[in-house]
Amino acid sequence: MNAIIAEGLVKIYRAKSGDIRALDGLDLAVEEGSVLGLLGPNGAGKTTTVRILATLLRPDAGRATVAGFDVVRDAHRVRTVIGLSGQYAAVDENLTARENLVMFGRLYQLPHAEARRRAGELLDQFALASAADRVVKTYSGGMRRRLDLASALAGRPRLLFLDEPTTGLDPRSRLGMWEVIRERVREGTTLLLTTQYLEEADALAHGIAVVDAGRIIARGTADELKAQVGGERIEVVVREPAAIARAVQVLSRHGDGEWATDAHTRRLTVPTAGGAQALVRIVRDLDEAAIAIDDVGLRRPTLDDVFLALTGHTAAATEDGNGAGDGISRGDTAGTGGGDGTPPIPIRRAVEQTPRKAE
Amino acid sequence: MTATPHAATSPTGGIRQAVSDGLIITWRNLKRIPRIPELAIFAIVQSIMFVLLFAFVFGGAIPLPDGGSYREFLMPGIFAQTVTFAAATTAVGMTDDLNKGIIDRFRSLPMARSAVLSGRTLSDVVYNGGILVVLMLSGLAVGWRVHTGPVEFVGAVALLLLFTYAMSWIGVWVGLSVPSVEVANQVGFTVLFPLTFLSNIFVPTQTLPWWLRPVAEWNPVSALTAATRQLWGNPNPFAAAGFPAEHPILLTLIWVAVLIAIFAPLGVRRYQSMSR
Ligand SMILES: Nc1ncnc2c1ncn2[C@@H]1O[C@H](COP(=O)(O)OP(=O)(O)OP(=O)(O)O)[C@@H](O)[C@H]1O
Ligand SMILES: [Mg+2]
Repeated sequence: MNAIIAEGLVKIYRAKSGDIRALDGLDLAVEEGSVLGLLGPNGAGKTTTVRILATLLRPDAGRATVAGFDVVRDAHRVRTVIGLSGQYAAVDENLTARENLVMFGRLYQLPHAEARRRAGELLDQFALASAADRVVKTYSGGMRRRLDLASALAGRPRLLFLDEPTTGLDPRSRLGMWEVIRERVREGTTLLLTTQYLEEADALAHGIAVVDAGRIIARGTADELKAQVGGERIEVVVREPAAIARAVQVLSRHGDGEWATDAHTRRLTVPTAGGAQALVRIVRDLDEAAIAIDDVGLRRPTLDDVFLALTGHTAAATEDGNGAGDGISRGDTAGTGGGDGTPPIPIRRAVEQTPRKAE
Repeated sequence: MTATPHAATSPTGGIRQAVSDGLIITWRNLKRIPRIPELAIFAIVQSIMFVLLFAFVFGGAIPLPDGGSYREFLMPGIFAQTVTFAAATTAVGMTDDLNKGIIDRFRSLPMARSAVLSGRTLSDVVYNGGILVVLMLSGLAVGWRVHTGPVEFVGAVALLLLFTYAMSWIGVWVGLSVPSVEVANQVGFTVLFPLTFLSNIFVPTQTLPWWLRPVAEWNPVSALTAATRQLWGNPNPFAAAGFPAEHPILLTLIWVAVLIAIFAPLGVRRYQSMSR
């Protein structure tokens, strides 16, 4: 059963400088108990989507249900089953963490004693117990973020909306946050998560929907998306142009797929499924073959790569441009977003490169 | 996953939930006051400055037509001025909550829709009530006295608090309509200072130019001041006979009703249209 369904959502913000079509026919479905990662660049419409699903905004067209309740007509019922942690921490700075959690628990209509118990539980779970009775004003950004997520959980929601939960956290806090989120999912919470990091969607989500300019332009698992972009690649820059041919032999031995070379920059690229292991083998073999190298590395696909592959423009170009039209166009990609909502055919980046079949 | 204990609440929540949620928000707003003591302290200091300034500096130069103590004349006006500024307090609090995103969180919770606004206006009445207590004590110190009985005393306090409540609804509407706390503050002062100076708070209306007198006498703040003076037996001079002079209590109640009838629906509408 789908816990979240959105069909053809349209949202137009009326601004002085002109209308902004933030959502342009967005469709979503999230299976009960699963995690959907909504992945997209600045201005793609992630926050707008979350706000509509959390009943904070009305869509201009389309419909959405959460736990079977319509987000417009049955907004109050939706609110009884959801928890929301927005992009910016929304807790009361002048209350302590405990006071915040008890208040939110009470407003989730828990009895007072139950709200207090729940607050204590959450403070322990989020490692905030030692600072529980300090005014939130004195908290660090990471602590606020954790408290914000804890607040969203005060009513034991069945569905959780997290809008960029780890933006602004240091790497350690981010891992901690991931662990907390996974714990909720293990307990059966349905989760819609927005993020700008493919890596994060990969770590947390069962399915990923890529959103750009207010529509979903691709969906699938992290592996499927990465495969579309080309997965991991090993890049080698050899010192002597003359060594390219010999280096290609090494690369084709260890790579998994088409290799490419660029004579001008002396750069060789090959997709790999072997990760760091393959990198080690390639470096060893290059060394044995006495091929001098300037640079070598394992390149993971980034959101930018996904975007380039899917839309033909870089992620950054979407921001506030609100359309793919002003994006950087590239001759090597086919289709820009696909008007019918189907993902465009993935294309390798190979303009200045000469792809050849390995073997 | 355990069953959600709140699943049974009715969609609208009912009156009981509206009261209990409103009180939770009130509690939350009041809890913040000692955490930002500067706000209350400066509100009180500002009022005391007016007391000192007018009681000791200008007061000597302002004779009352029928004689009487200027300080006893002044204090009810100071109380009225103070509660008039409740509009600014509310506006600033509302804008602050809005900008900090806390209103968004409230709106995502299964709480009574009325609670944020009812809690805000109620807590501002309580807050201003507290400030009134401090000001009354300082009034007693400079020679102000109540010359009537406890019923009249309580009656005037009730009028002051009712008026606070009405001003608070203006604050809700302004607070939800302006983009930032600074603007909320600015709007408050630009509107409220003329309102309190074009009144009978500091000077008897006799001293005003003839064309300003009706404005000052029908001014809601003047009505409240005159009603309070009348109830407490403090000097209450009027330039001319007329409705404001004869029925200050009734006029105050009318003003309270009119202001609430205009600004409460405006505020509620603003609040509800946030989801557009
Ligand atoms: N209140 C608003 N008024 C006008 N335009 C808005 C408003 N909120 C968002 N927008 C516009 O709508 C578009 C989508 O915004 P949204 O906040 O949903 O993007 P996002 O994917 O969450 O971006 P980010 O990663 O930066 O948080 C943007 O072009 C943005 O400028
Ligand atoms: Mg956002």
